[in-house]
Amino acid sequence: MRRYATWWVLFALLTPFMLMAAPALTGAVERQATNYTAIYMFLAFVAGTMGITYWAAKRTRSAKDFYTAGGGITGLQNGLAIAGDFMSAASFLGISGLVFASGYDGLIYSIGFLVGWPVIMFLIAEQIRNLGKFTFADVSSYRFGQTEIRTMAAISSLVVVAFYLIAQMVGAGKLIQLLFGLDYWIAVVIVGGLMMVYVIFGGMTATTWVQIIKAVLLLSGATFMAIAALAAFGFSPEEMFRQAVEVHPKGAAIMSPGSLVTDPVNAISLGLALMFGTAGLPHILMRFFTVPDAKEARKSVFYATGFIGYFYILTFIIGFAAIVLLLQHPEFYKPEAIAADGSIIKGQLITGLNGGTNMVAIRLAEAVGGNLFLGFISAVAFATILAVVSGLTLAGASAISHDLYASVIARGRSNEKTEIRVSKIATFMLGLVAIGLGIAFETQNVAFMVGLAFAIAASANFPVLAASIFWSKMTTRGALVGGFVGLISAVVLTILSKAVWGDVLGHTAMVDGKEVAVGLISLNNPAIISMPLAFAFIWIASLTDNSERAKQERIAFEAQKVRCETGIGAEGATAH
Amino acid sequence: MQQESVDAIKANPHYQELVRSRKRFAWLLTIIILAIYYGFILTIAFAPSWLGTPIAEGATTTIGMPIGVLIIITAFILTGIYVAKANSKFDALTKTVREEQQ
Repeated sequence: MRRYATWWVLFALLTPFMLMAAPALTGAVERQATNYTAIYMFLAFVAGTMGITYWAAKRTRSAKDFYTAGGGITGLQNGLAIAGDFMSAASFLGISGLVFASGYDGLIYSIGFLVGWPVIMFLIAEQIRNLGKFTFADVSSYRFGQTEIRTMAAISSLVVVAFYLIAQMVGAGKLIQLLFGLDYWIAVVIVGGLMMVYVIFGGMTATTWVQIIKAVLLLSGATFMAIAALAAFGFSPEEMFRQAVEVHPKGAAIMSPGSLVTDPVNAISLGLALMFGTAGLPHILMRFFTVPDAKEARKSVFYATGFIGYFYILTFIIGFAAIVLLLQHPEFYKPEAIAADGSIIKGQLITGLNGGTNMVAIRLAEAVGGNLFLGFISAVAFATILAVVSGLTLAGASAISHDLYASVIARGRSNEKTEIRVSKIATFMLGLVAIGLGIAFETQNVAFMVGLAFAIAASANFPVLAASIFWSKMTTRGALVGGFVGLISAVVLTILSKAVWGDVLGHTAMVDGKEVAVGLISLNNPAIISMPLAFAFIWIASLTDNSERAKQERIAFEAQKVRCETGIGAEGATAH
Repeated sequence: MQQESVDAIKANPHYQELVRSRKRFAWLLTIIILAIYYGFILTIAFAPSWLGTPIAEGATTTIGMPIGVLIIITAFILTGIYVAKANSKFDALTKTVREEQQ
């Protein structure tokens, strides 16, 4: 395998050079000139992570090495890796852009993404570490029918991973096209190819270190940006807010909640999906098996919450500072946004930005740190996507190899070697699927996909996981029925909502004389219905289950609880 | 795990104390974070203008700004409180239970 790894490293290192030789002046209008500083910095990142992958490949022998990096990651390392897994390019660029466009609303989103972490800490982090081995399905199927529960958990994991992955790939393609001046499809192929190399050869060890390095780079880059931006206001937030309100087209409205949250039902529904979705994301839950014990698991959530919270405060500062600071840079704006005297027209401050509001953090990097820092932040954005898609793919591959193949198809009779091979093949296939879907969805509106991934995680994965840990009376039938009801209702309600029914499928209606996209239902996020529905069906289908197996499963709860509380019998770390 | 050792651990008073105190503490903290977050969401839904009140006469900074940042910091502090208590009390109890089992 070592010999192959070397070839992959060479291939990955050379590919970008070969691509640079291709004519770079065709394609979409928004494409930038090839940014060589960014490309060289990114190549440095790729070279470094390939070195790590080579080192990790030598250490990756057993299934435990492949899925959980041998279980020997420390709490701090895992906290950084979780932060690296969770802080996607969408949250860095998307939330700073949202703050830039709407002000306070960006903060509401950040808070929703953050508050899931304490819940994970208090209710499931130590429990899943004590009960599980490689995937969260180990926990939800602990005392139940392996075939049924693992099949269901694998299906919902793969659906969550697929939607999350498509959103990341499409975002990656567009972003890299914008930042590096590469063609969309080339960007998607590079992301998919590098991700396959990391995961196939380096398994969880390489994935973890890619995430750690990315987290450190992103946090330090964002810290520098926020400090440099605040310095422009004499380190006074009040001064920053005052100037922002003065120049922003929405004026003082950016200082209070705006249009993001319009009614209580939608507000609570979004809140449920964000909060409990985090606790049901397969790639996040998988990270808890990389630490040696429950103590390190809880420490990792503590560090992760700190890093992620700090990061969201930085993106908030970056978005607000950009409102004022980008005003001094007409060169970032489209020609129609510039007035005769060369200044930016006030009404065009938000809409006239070249590349859209997703480019706010990137433009601010150039404004405060020049071309070199722009290159750095662009490379970090690329690295960010790689870290997130690697974690997602590994989680998807382990659902296929550990849950579907080893437990369902081979019924526990496969050996480790075969299971790892299946996992690597699954990674390769998932990589190809991700590249294919990334290209297929280039021009589609994928904005709903991350929301849907969170909603499914909150409605299918989380209820089954929570009930299996806390509710002694749940049975296989209850878990199966509740899990599928949560999954299907989340998907169906999302299809009927405005984001899919209106924006994707093109159903419109006349509102106040204007033709606007509409949904069949007014609910934007399904969680407020689908999540309670899942719990209700778990409850009903379990209580009405009087089979002999159900009795055994209820008795087995006691042994599960003892292991869950004390860690006696839990998976330990392997020494290297 | 054998059924006999499960029964033995269940009967262990230290185990019972561990389960009881951790359950109470974890759900208390969960309820606190849920109350803070949904309190915030409901304020946004029903009284958005209150969050838009300036923190002082003539200031641009609104009440919502420090509140938002405080929620982020509180979430972090709550996880820290849990870790502190778990590292000392819960881990000590777990250790006792494990030792008494051997």
